[in-house]
Amino acid sequence: MAEYQNIFTRVQIRGPAHLGTKLPRGAWGRQGKGGFIHLLGRFGDAQIGPIYLGTTGLLSLICGFIAFEIIGLNMFASVHWNPIQFVRLLPWLALEPPSPANGLHLPRLQDGGWWLMAGFFLTSSVLLWWLRMYRRARALGMGTHVAWAFLAAIWLMLVLGIIRPVLMGSFGEAVPFGIFPHLDWTAAFSIRYGNLFYNPFHCLSIAFLYGSTLLFAMHGGTILAVSRLGGDRELEQIVDRGTAAERAALFWRWTMGFNATMESIHRWAWWFAVLCPLVGGIGILLTGTVVDNWYLWAVKHHVAPMYPHVFPPVLDPATLQGTPR
Amino acid sequence: MSRKDSMGCRVTALALLLAGGVALSGCERPPVEALQGGYRGLGMDEVINPRLDAIKAAKNEVPPPIPPAPTEGAPVTSVYKNIQVLNDLNVAQFSRVMVAITQWVAPPDQSCNYCHTSDLSSDARYTKVVARRMLQMVRHINTDWKTHVAETGVTCYTCHRGNAVPQNVWFTDPGHSAESGLIAGNAGKNKPAPAANGSSLPYDPFTRYLLEDKNIRVISNDALPDGNRSSIKQTDSTYSLMLSFSQSLGVNCTYCHNTRSFAVWDASTPKRTTAWYGIRLARDLNNHYMVPLTEHFPSERLGVLGDVAKINCATCHQGVFKPLYGESMAKDYPELGGVAQAAAAPASGSSPPAESPPPTAGLVEGQH
Repeated sequence: MAEYQNIFTRVQIRGPAHLGTKLPRGAWGRQGKGGFIHLLGRFGDAQIGPIYLGTTGLLSLICGFIAFEIIGLNMFASVHWNPIQFVRLLPWLALEPPSPANGLHLPRLQDGGWWLMAGFFLTSSVLLWWLRMYRRARALGMGTHVAWAFLAAIWLMLVLGIIRPVLMGSFGEAVPFGIFPHLDWTAAFSIRYGNLFYNPFHCLSIAFLYGSTLLFAMHGGTILAVSRLGGDRELEQIVDRGTAAERAALFWRWTMGFNATMESIHRWAWWFAVLCPLVGGIGILLTGTVVDNWYLWAVKHHVAPMYPHVFPPVLDPATLQGTPR
Repeated sequence: MSRKDSMGCRVTALALLLAGGVALSGCERPPVEALQGGYRGLGMDEVINPRLDAIKAAKNEVPPPIPPAPTEGAPVTSVYKNIQVLNDLNVAQFSRVMVAITQWVAPPDQSCNYCHTSDLSSDARYTKVVARRMLQMVRHINTDWKTHVAETGVTCYTCHRGNAVPQNVWFTDPGHSAESGLIAGNAGKNKPAPAANGSSLPYDPFTRYLLEDKNIRVISNDALPDGNRSSIKQTDSTYSLMLSFSQSLGVNCTYCHNTRSFAVWDASTPKRTTAWYGIRLARDLNNHYMVPLTEHFPSERLGVLGDVAKINCATCHQGVFKPLYGESMAKDYPELGGVAQAAAAPASGSSPPAESPPPTAGLVEGQH
């Protein structure tokens, strides 16, 4: 017999499409009447639409499309417009930033100009989307927490793509647009600056990243576990604590001696998620500008432990010969 | 559970199994063993797969030595004409080297004729001109590069292994950005790079470092900025070169480095010193032996830019940390190592001179 559950539910309760709250004056209308897709209902809400695009949404999509096309067509050109090679080699392809010798000058199109242009349109797209999120939240009379969380991610992207390169005086410091190449960039960045694992802001970022997943698992697990008692109605439980909240709280007091509340867990989660890119961005911003070798920095400040030598002393042969490298 | 549901479960399970299979297909099949290198807890382990090592070992067996030649006898110059190298040998020793080269290098169907015409003294075949220079090179390595090859030494076989052209050589890769017009260049990277383990890193790290002498070191020696302007792109090239070492020797980064700090020497293993000389050795050989031979090679032996085949780590090492697992063939062929070639002066003056062996041989020797 079919049973109702609140996740991966086999029963989809379906009424008429919810068209949303009344719009403030002057806003665009919502497009479409809304429809239902059964498969989506297995993961979330089966209802799709009506959709609100708005000026910022439309401009954001246009800018995003331009950036996507600049990157994609340059990649396509790099395999001589061969569609099979394009698909095969896609993970390796990239649009490269200007060469380091170019500094902050406007590069020629083929020497990073396309990259700069793609970066401009991608940044515009993301910022416009941010504005849209902020304004939609306001229009619904909501708080703007989601927009600020999104801005934390945008901060990291901008630090990597433009703020730090400008501080370093070279667009060539920035990340290429490409799947493997941007990962190789990450590894090369860590190597160049003496191992990013010794960057305390990188440490913090990792702590918040892993902390976020831990909190997500703990919170999700807790709510699912008490949903049979009404725990999935979290907001009601915040203002009117019921048996679900009581049991969840007691569970954590029993198992780890301390519990978040139905409200505070969401603040924990929000701050952990936001701090991950926020401190990460600070760590990137300090790299090369303020600190040039994080390992030696950690040695200097007695952060990096020293280990006993197990090999005979190894000297740099270049110093023995007086050669420069 | 209804029949439909159990079907769904089976399909899901099958899909998960398939996805798992695909995800694991890039992995190396066990057994995998780890051999601790550095201090405990540092993860300076060598990863060893006995199954794959057995395959490699079979490919790296040393051919039985030719019986030694008597040290007394008529000097070769008194019997043969046009002897420019190996002229310190007697006839028996000289003939022994010729026999060995024929086994190690010449295609079996051509044998002596691969280099010689019916007039043995003739230099008509380019292969003979090249072989002469290569003999000088072998003696140069065995005599002047003990910092890298120690007493193990090298022979023709170290690289050739029965092939007229060693299987692992490299040419400058011009990439494909030249024809592009307004299309963005690829910065010498962003295609699967065989030199760098198929990554998207620069596909030709060799020209920069093993022909030219671009700065490999990109990491600062001070915690705070000290004027080191090495870029991420330079780091990409260094990274690619290091991956090529790793592949050529079949070792991990930790064979030479403590990866907490790639730069710091006193945290590295002594093998890093050997590798440092290896880089200079390859650069020396490419500039002073290979490049000057360019004009002698027919065009089919040259790269797309008309450059000569060149040497990197893989040329000798061929996937093994020491060529032929460190077994010395050179000890059986004193003819190839005995005498320093004072006459082996560089043919081209454009390249940096070979570095004289520094007084650190003792440091390196322990590794061989």
